[in-house]
This record gives sequence, C-alpha cells and structure tokens, in this order.
Amino acid sequence: MKIGMDVGSTTLKCVVYDDESRPVFGEYERHFSQIAEKASTMLEHIRAKFPDLKTAGVCISGSAGMGLAEDLDIPFVQEVYATRTAVKKYLPDADVVIELGGEDAKILFLSGAMEVRMNGSCAGGTGAFIDQMATLLNVTPSELNDLAATSQRSYGIASRCGVFAKSDIQALLNQGAQKNDVALSILNAVVSQTIAGLAQGREITGKVVYLGGPLTFLSQLRAAFDRELGVQGVCPDSSLYFVAAGAALGREDREFDLEELTQRIRRYSSSHSYQSSEPLFDDPAQYEAFQARHAQDTVSTDGHLDETRQAYLGVDAGSTTVKAVVINPAEEIVFSRYLPNSGNPVPLVREFLRDVYRQFPGIRLVSGASTGYGEEIIKNAFGLEIGVVETIAHFTAAKKFRPQVDFIIDIGGQDIKCFKIKNGAIDNIFLNEACSSGCGSFLQTFAGALGYEMQDFARCGLFADHPVDLGSRCTVFMNSSVKQAQKDGASIENISAGLSMSVVKNALYKVIRVTDARTLGDHIVVQGGTFLNDAVLRAFEKEIGKDVTRPSISGLMGAYGAALYAKAHTAGKSKILGPEELESFTHDVRTVTCNGCQNHCRLTVNTFSGGARYIAGNRCDKPLQKHSPTAAYNLYEYKKQLLASYQPGENRRGVIGIPMGLNLFELYPFWHTFFTHLGFRVIPSPPSDRKLYLKGQHTIPSDTVCYPAKLLHGHIEALLEQKPDAIFYPCMSYNVDEHMGDNHYNCPVVAYYPEVLDANITALQDAKFIYDYVGLHRPHDFPGKIQAILAKYFDPIPLGEVKAAARAAYQEYEAHMGRIRAKGQEYLDYARANDLPVIVLSGRPYHLDNEINHGIDKLICECGAVVVTEDAVNTLVGKKFPTTVLNQWTYHARLYAAAKFVRDSGDKRINLVQLVSFGCGVDAITGDEVRSILEAGGRIYTQIKIDEIANLGAVRIRMRSLFAALGLGN
Amino acid sequence: MADNNARVEFTREMKKDYTIITPNMAPIHFELIKNVLESFGYRIDLLRTTGREIVDEGLKYVHNDTCYPALLSIGQLMHALHSGKYDLHKVALIMTQTGGGCRASNYIHLLRKALKKDGLDYIPVISLNLSGLESNSGFKLTLPMLRRAIAALTYGDLLMLLKNQTKPYETTPGQSDALVQQWIEQLTGLFEQGKAFTQREVREHFDRITASFAAIPVEKTPKSKVGVVGEIYVKYSPLANNGLEDFLFSQGCETMVPGILGFMIFKVDNRLEDIRLYGGNPAKKQLCELLKWYFTKFETDLIASVQKYPQFTAPAPYSHLKELAGKVIGYGCKMGEGWLLTAEMMELIESGYRNVVCTQPFGCLPNHIVGKGMIRKVRTVYPQANIVPIDYDPSATQVNQENRIKLMLAVAAGG
Repeated sequence: MKIGMDVGSTTLKCVVYDDESRPVFGEYERHFSQIAEKASTMLEHIRAKFPDLKTAGVCISGSAGMGLAEDLDIPFVQEVYATRTAVKKYLPDADVVIELGGEDAKILFLSGAMEVRMNGSCAGGTGAFIDQMATLLNVTPSELNDLAATSQRSYGIASRCGVFAKSDIQALLNQGAQKNDVALSILNAVVSQTIAGLAQGREITGKVVYLGGPLTFLSQLRAAFDRELGVQGVCPDSSLYFVAAGAALGREDREFDLEELTQRIRRYSSSHSYQSSEPLFDDPAQYEAFQARHAQDTVSTDGHLDETRQAYLGVDAGSTTVKAVVINPAEEIVFSRYLPNSGNPVPLVREFLRDVYRQFPGIRLVSGASTGYGEEIIKNAFGLEIGVVETIAHFTAAKKFRPQVDFIIDIGGQDIKCFKIKNGAIDNIFLNEACSSGCGSFLQTFAGALGYEMQDFARCGLFADHPVDLGSRCTVFMNSSVKQAQKDGASIENISAGLSMSVVKNALYKVIRVTDARTLGDHIVVQGGTFLNDAVLRAFEKEIGKDVTRPSISGLMGAYGAALYAKAHTAGKSKILGPEELESFTHDVRTVTCNGCQNHCRLTVNTFSGGARYIAGNRCDKPLQKHSPTAAYNLYEYKKQLLASYQPGENRRGVIGIPMGLNLFELYPFWHTFFTHLGFRVIPSPPSDRKLYLKGQHTIPSDTVCYPAKLLHGHIEALLEQKPDAIFYPCMSYNVDEHMGDNHYNCPVVAYYPEVLDANITALQDAKFIYDYVGLHRPHDFPGKIQAILAKYFDPIPLGEVKAAARAAYQEYEAHMGRIRAKGQEYLDYARANDLPVIVLSGRPYHLDNEINHGIDKLICECGAVVVTEDAVNTLVGKKFPTTVLNQWTYHARLYAAAKFVRDSGDKRINLVQLVSFGCGVDAITGDEVRSILEAGGRIYTQIKIDEIANLGAVRIRMRSLFAALGLGN
Repeated sequence: MADNNARVEFTREMKKDYTIITPNMAPIHFELIKNVLESFGYRIDLLRTTGREIVDEGLKYVHNDTCYPALLSIGQLMHALHSGKYDLHKVALIMTQTGGGCRASNYIHLLRKALKKDGLDYIPVISLNLSGLESNSGFKLTLPMLRRAIAALTYGDLLMLLKNQTKPYETTPGQSDALVQQWIEQLTGLFEQGKAFTQREVREHFDRITASFAAIPVEKTPKSKVGVVGEIYVKYSPLANNGLEDFLFSQGCETMVPGILGFMIFKVDNRLEDIRLYGGNPAKKQLCELLKWYFTKFETDLIASVQKYPQFTAPAPYSHLKELAGKVIGYGCKMGEGWLLTAEMMELIESGYRNVVCTQPFGCLPNHIVGKGMIRKVRTVYPQANIVPIDYDPSATQVNQENRIKLMLAVAAGG
C-alpha cells in the first residue's frame, strides 16, 4: 500500500493506494495550520480502516509539507510534479491543467513542450484571494458562487493584488453596484490574473483540466475560465486529490512502520527558530497600567438632548464599516452606531435614522455631514447639507481630544491616513498607496482563516512571548511570511502579535516612511477601528517609543468629526429626511453605459424617493451635466488633440503602423513627419481601452512590469489586424538630450520593450516588425543610420531624401514640444488672472493615455484646478540644476525641473501631483527626489499610484484633502 | 546634474587612518579585491554580516520600492554604522557605480540620502566606477591597482567555477571550500609582494589552481546540473539570494554561475556597440578596444587552463556568448546585465546546464526584458531548456522560492 499526503497552505489531503494501484481511501480537511496534529489523526483514520496494515509507503507533497517531510525524513515530491504524475495516469489526453489552491496558482502545459508555471511572490488570483473577497461581501465562497450565477454583467477589478481588488470592490459597492455582479467580477478577475500571471504568452487550448479547491467547489469559476479561454474544461471527480495521488504514485518506495510514524508526526513540533521581536507586554501589571492610561481619553457617549431638542448628525460611510453619531449642542454623543458595511451603506443609515427618531421623539436634526467613501451617496440619499473630506473630519474630532494635536494617524479597514498639523491647519497628508492598504481588514481575514474572531485573535497576541517578526511590506505578501512562520513552529499567539506589529510597521515605514519617530510629533492622536485592538495600539507605542492618545471613540472619530463639522458649518435650515420620509424611502439602482465619450463608463444611477439622484462610476462630469470652470484648461486634453491632428498621409512606399504606447506618445510627431515625408502612410494603433489590453494580455511574459508596457501587447495585436506593411517601434537606449540632466537615458522598459514584443507575440513572426536600435540624440548620425535600417526592410531610399525627412522630423518634434509649452504658459496666465489653482500633473508622456491615467486629469479639473504637464513647465527653470540623485533619464529630469518650477514659483496655488505607474522601479527614486525638492520649499508632495484599475474615489480624497490643506476650493 | 558640490570627499589625509566599510556581493571575489586594496594602503572592512536586521535597516532608509540590491547594500552599511563597532568620524563607505541606464547608478545617491536622514552625512562615500562619474583625492584607481583588481576578479571567477564543479563530488566533504580559502590567502600574500597579476604570472597560477582542484579526490555520481544567471548582485550574493548556491548544493546539484569577467568585457564592449549603432568618437573606441583586448587575454587563459582537464566544463568565451545573443536579442540592449544575461542562459544550456535559475530583484526593470522577456525565445532555440525565474525582495519567502526551485529540479530529474 502507498499513502500520499498533500499538505497545502490551508488544507490537508490524503490518498491511499492498494498494491494494484487502486485508490482505496481518501480524506480532505482544513488544517488551520495544525499540520502535525491533523496529519497524525489522518494516519490514525487509515490505520482504523485497514487494521492489518502495519507498514506502507509514504510520500508527502504540498507547499506546507516541505518542512515536515525534511525534518522527519519522509520522502517529498514537489506538488506540481505530483499533479503531473496523477494527470498522466488518469487523464493522459489532457493538454493543460489549471490548478488553483489556497495560496497557489499553477498551470501545467502537458502537450507540446512540457512546462509548468507557478505563481511567484504574489497571492492574487488564488483561493485566499477569493476568501478575502467573499469576506468583503459578507458571504461564504459558495454563496459568492451562487451570486455570480445570477449576475448580469461584470466590472473590471484588479486581481493582481488583493488589496487593489478590495479598493475596487469597495468603490463598486459604495456606488450601488449589485452584489451578484461584483461576485462575477471577482471570479473574472481570478481568471484574468491566472491567465496574465501564469500563461505568460503561451496559449491555453485543447483539453483543459481544472483541479484544486476553488475550481472544484465553484462552478461559476470554471464557467468563467471556459468563457475566457473558449474551451469546455473538465473537472474530474477526485479533483481535490490529484496532488496526494501523485505523491502516492511516485517512484518513492520507502516503507514506514505506520504506528511509529503516526507517533513521530504527533510528537513533531518544528524545532526551527524564527526571527522574533520583544513581547508587547512583559506582564499583566504592565497591561493594566496601559489600559488605565488610555481610559482617560474619553468623550461622553451618553449625552442628553436639551430642551431645544437640537442635535447634529455625522455619518462616516467607510470602506468596511458605517459609523454614525448624533451629538447635542454640548458636543456630547447622544447616540451612535458602528455597523459593519457589507456593501450598500444606504439601508444602514436609514435604519440608523429610524432608530434615532424612535428613541428621541421630537429630535431636531439641525444639520448633518457625511464623510468617507460613501460621502456622496449618503449626502444625496438623506438630504444632508454638507459633505466633508475624511481628513478634515478626523482632524476636527482629534482637536476635541487634544487641542494641540500635531499628528493624527488613522488605520481603518483598508486605509491608513496620516496627517501632520502645523499652525492649526493640515500641513501634510499621507494616504496609503494602494499597495499597502487593507491593514485592518487583513488582520480580520487572517483571523478568520485561522478560525478566530478578529478581536480574540488580536487579544491572544497581547502576552505572546516571542512575536514573529513579519517585516513591513505589502500585507498580501504576508500570507507567505506567515506560512513560513508556521513552518518554523510559531504559535498562534506569536503570529497574532507579529501581525499587529506588521500593521504598525507598514503604516510607519511604508506610508509615512519615518526614520525617526521623534519627527512625527509630540501630540499624537491615533484612531480608526484597528487601533481599538490593544495589541496594535501597544505595538504602535513601542515602535515609536512614545505614548499616544487613543480616544475612547477611536472607531467613531470620522463620524464624530463630521457631526462637529456640521455643527460648526450649518447654513440654517436642514433638509435631512424626517421620520415619515424615511418610512416611504426608496432606493433604486440602475446601471447604464455612458456614451459621452470613448471611455464608455459603466454608471450606476441611484434614484432616491423624492427624486434625488446620485450617479457613480463616471470618470468625468459629462453624465452629471455639471460643468467645471477649468475643463477647458486641461493640458492633457490639448496634448491629445495635438497627437490626433497627425493624419495619415499619402502612400507611395507603403503603410507603416506605429503602436501608441510608452515613448511614442511623445515621438509620434517625429516619426509621423519622418515617414510621411518619405512617402509612407503612417497609421497609429487605436486608443487604449480595457478590451485592447485584454487582446494582448496572453503574451505578457512578466506580470510585474508596468501597465503602460503591458498595454503595448494589445496595441501590436490591434495594429496587426490593420495589416500595415510594417510595424515600426524602435529600441532606444537614449532619449532626446534636453541638457537638463547628467545623461539622457530612457528607462530600461521604455528603451527595450520592443524586444519583449518581438520575443513573445507569435503573430509578429509573420509580419515586418522594425524594432532596430535608433539614436535620436545624434541628429547628424541619424539619417545614415536609419537609412541603413530601412534598407533591411524596404527598397533603398536615397540619403538625400532621408536627410530631408529627418530635418523635417526634428523640426516638427521641436514645434510640437513648443506648442505644449506655449499652451502651458497660456493656461498658467489664465489661472493667475482668474485666481485659480494649478496642478502640474507630472508623469511621463504615456500618462496621457486615458487607459493609464483613468481620467485623473479630468477629475482634477472637476475640483476646479487648471491642469498643466511637466513638459510644459520644465524649461521654465532655465538651466541644469543640482539634484541629490544621478539625474540620468530625460523624462525624469523633467520631473525634477517641474518640481523646482513649482517650488520656485512661490505661488501657493501652483502644486505638483506626480502620477506613478505601479511597478515603475525608477519612480522609487524620482518620487523621493521630487518630494525633497518640493519639501525644501515647504510645498506639499502628492503622489498618485495607478495601475490597471484606479480607485478614483481615493484619488478624489487626495485631491480634496490637498486643496483643503492649501485652503483652496472645496 | 547630481550635486557634487555638497559631496564629502575622501581626502588624502583620510586615507591614513580611515576605515573604508565595504558592502559584500560575491564573497570570493570581494575577499580578493579587499586584499588588493589593502596592499595599496587602504584599510578595508568587508562586511560579512547577515540576518533580518540588515533588511530592516534597508527598509528604514531606502524607499521600499527600490531594488533589493540597493536595499541590502545600504542596509548592510547602515547596520554596520549602527553597530557601535566603528568611530563614525574615522570611516568612509564605498559603493560601485556603473553609470548605465538602470537604477543601479543611483545606489550611491540613495546611500547618501540614507546617511543624511540619519545625520551622518559627514561620512565620505567613495564611488567605485570606471566611467569617471565621481572622483576623490584620497582614492585613486591607479593602473597598478586596476591590474591587480582585474587579476583578482579573474581568480575569483576561476575559484568559484572550480569549487562549484568539485564540491558536489568530493569524497571528503569540505575539501573544495578549504582549498578556496587556501588560495585566497596565498594569492593575497603574492599580491602584497607585487606578484601574481601580470599576464604570465596569472596564467601560471591559473594552471596551479586548476591542477589543485583536479587533484581533489571525487566520486562522479550523476547530478542535476543547474546554471544560475541574473541581476549581478542577487546572482552572487548569498545574503540576497538566500544562499542559493548552498541550497542547490544541498539538493544534490552541480551549479554553474557565470563569472564577473564576462560582465566586465560586456560593459566595455557596450561602448563600442554604442558607437556602431548610433555613431560617435572613434578615439574613445581605441581605449575600449584596448581594455577589451586586455580582459579577453585573461579570459582566454582561464578557459585554456580549465580545458586541460576533461572533468571540468570551461565557460565559453565572450565572443561566443555574443554570437548566441545575436540569435534572439539586439546588441543595443545593454542596461543592467543586458543581452549578456540572455546569452548566459543560452550558453549554459548549450554546455549541459539545461536547468537555469534566473534570479532577479522583484520588479527589476532590465530583467523584464532580458530575463523573463526572453525565456520564450530561448526555449524556441533550446526546447530542452528548463528555466525558472525567481524574484527576491524583502518579503519574498524562502519557502516559496525553494518550492519553485524544487519544482524545476523535479522536472530536471523526471524529464
């Protein structure tokens, strides 16, 4: 007999084969990290079933089984390999196997050149991801499956990273999207992640087999794969047991005494050590003193209404919770609620208000304010008069507890917000970039995965003796760190304490990026639901070495602040729905596609009783029929118009297709002119959109490269469909030299991406793809060099003709850049004349692409600011100036110059916002440098990270906070 | 332009009593280089520190999205400065600077930023570069020093190569490692006497070294042969790659890690390619041609020495690598490891190391192109290729990395 055991990240599977290689036993269980216990119990079950069996062959597989196998000297086979063994036996005609596990995702290509792919450091698109997302919807994974079955439509959700996806889903829910549609979108995101992340250019065709938990249990996930791949995949009966079976069927034939082995595994506790930190508390007495100290920071929560019955309402519709308070004129809390938000905040607030009216008959809600992600929808639904940006709400509340407050940190469900306060105004804001958010809800999901309630889980770490040191990177990656800790024998207490510390370290070192806690401030207020956990609070105080204030209503601060704000800013008569109106309250959600422009935004139209409407999902003001005063002063729009003005010319020598991506957003005028002069008809690829991206997704070899680069795969596919005579996209180590830096390189991705396209897009083999190395930085050498290159593809072109075309091209490029600068100046003058704020929206030429910038330029205009670009202002600072980094990339030199321009302008109304594409390694350097240039002049640095999907809600908060901090606009 | 006015120079006076703290990369090579520098009167402290604290220091002082090599080297230096071991007014730091179009040219500036954050910006930082990016009156790369350094790197390549090919088979465990140590000491002694760095001497020592490894008693059992390529720091540094060479050894593999000399030739040759591709000054060309010729002589001797013993696999010459690269990628692709990385994969597969670990820091920009981006093409040329890309960063766990490598090895063993 042979026993195969598969120790996965969350489950344990076991299969027994008899001597004729027939399976005679199988068992499947979640192990909650108690691997040794569960494994020995499983062996006991086997011995109970086969009492005569004394010895048997044993082989372990699975990512979490490696340690066990090594330490106990039991044969081990890598799990993908085991899968392959089993598939070969049972499904010999399979072409491709897709196996999703708890934290692993794998694709095996069996026919043709055998290849196996596994997810690397990213946990997106796995069972853990689906679990996390289901938790967010407040359903079980199987309920999520049922929901998806009834869905009508799917939204785009970032699947690369659970944290990104969470933001997207939250935004969708808050905008009133249907749960079933979100469920389907989640499953589609998993499919998309698996294909983009693992197939990496290889097509999935033929007989496809689905294995592993998620694909076994979720029929809709299989359906989603079928749809996307255009196949009819099969999920065999024993789909959960393939790894275990493969382990049993392997070549290992060492026999073990089963009784002895069971004992040995039972006694096994890993003797490995792991990196640990100091305990949170040395003893219970220290904890008591800590509790007593924090008990002092309170505000009355059982206030009464006075004879006027006047009260103020504050609602904080946050990402995972809705908080609402009513305060009396003495600013005491009369009534409050902290409600988990499993999607739509509207019914929660309605219930809250009904409770208020029931409990306090005759109450007069003089004014009300809403804040948080759901600010707009709540404001519109219930007739609140004020919407206040979260940052201001929190500051207002914090001042109440500590009037001298100079630093506030709020860790909520999925956001970290920190701000510095100087002279009574918000001086600097740090919001988490999308990649490190989700801290609070991460603790929660993790607690759930280990079978605990969140509070119990956090509490059990309070007295942990050796908390695991889990580091400070993105929380999603912590899955595997925890896995490692478990392997090394860390107890649940120590893991809990370690996670609390990580949440804190993330906030400090990733978001605020402090090096010295003393620089945070002297009067620190901490708040947000996550700080209600004493372990997190303690970890924070220990990390910064300072006592802080945690208001007793830590989780309600946003709502309390909104109420205080409403009280201070009331305009008079309240329109808040009364008790009768609440009874007849209706909320109707419709989804429509806006056809205002090529974005085709999917809008959710919320209609409330009384006709109030709230539209969400829009990227611009068009469907709202509002008009922003600065919409016409958006340099992004102007640059796009300029590019669109280059029309295809006459065709004497052939048609050349140019993909509109990366540096070609700037060099299109150059190449268009050059080739048009030579008698080529030049056509660009169509504008980017999601569909175009998906068209090329299957050929992307590196899933961590930036989105702008990934888009090019789609552009090439789109160009190929137009069948030009050649596609031109040159490699360029060097960019145009603007003499503003130490060198004039392109970044490696911009420089060489054509190489990647040629290597991975099969269809290019049959096309003429010109991707030679070209140096525009040497205008004198250029004509000769390009002439030789073109001669490889076309009939020779006389040098004189090439020279003339090159001259025209250089001239046109200069003219093009000149137009941008002139228009920029015009906009700056307009802003100055009309006292309007200006945002220098700085990035790279390709940030012009709507699919890359997600309409952030328009959003800024909606906030009432004029938008100019870095390449419109960079020359205004004159000559080369010193920087503290090696200034060697042309595009980046512009960023530094733009920052200097803003700083030297001395005009508070002119500010810089930097767009950074996720995965841009170079911006790790430029971001810091731009920040230090700005901060040297006391200016605020704002960075917006963008990826496939952008959470415009968060961007809006950033922008409003920025304007609020500057005392500009709303 | 980078702000050089505010830079603290390493002066001639400092040379007398300052200790230069050096981050580590390739342990054998750097040990030899350290000894070369010491023979020229510098006090060098080559860091051998490891552990999580280094990563934590890095995370604290370097933007967390910066590449892992920067994070580790700077973390290692900051960790040393905080150790209390040094008089902070009597130390200098050193960092290499390649001057290419990737982020690596900025490490030194990131280090200075880190020092500034900590109020330690009075500590001089020396740039070790061949591009004339920064200079210091107290630290000059003289011709004799360069010649010894080049010899040292070549010795490092040979020792690493022979160790990797002997250790898995040695009948008495530990003999190869001991022999490496023995040679490092012996060569250091010779450098101090001004010996062992001329072409002729180097050739003789190559032969002696090779002979000494060939003399180690071995038992040739069949092993999986694994090649390691990657971003230069992660490829060599055990701190960064979680002891990859040792791990592969523990899994019963024979490992081949292409040497540093090829990378040096590549960097020089790039300048020639630039001129060829974009035009330029032929005078510059002559110096590069000369350097390339000089490096190539060492390479030729190294290969010849190894080839004398059929049990050893010699590396292919740079010229052959370049020929291989030409089948799949352009010579203009030069940032980071550039086309050389792709060529190394191909050469390894050709010479029997068909299993390749391609290492890179998470999000390494050049490796999107020359590593992961080229795997598909390499596989078309060599269908037997079994390549696994592995990302390294502060949060990537060893379990995950080793699991992926084990998968590759399972495929290697099972076909």
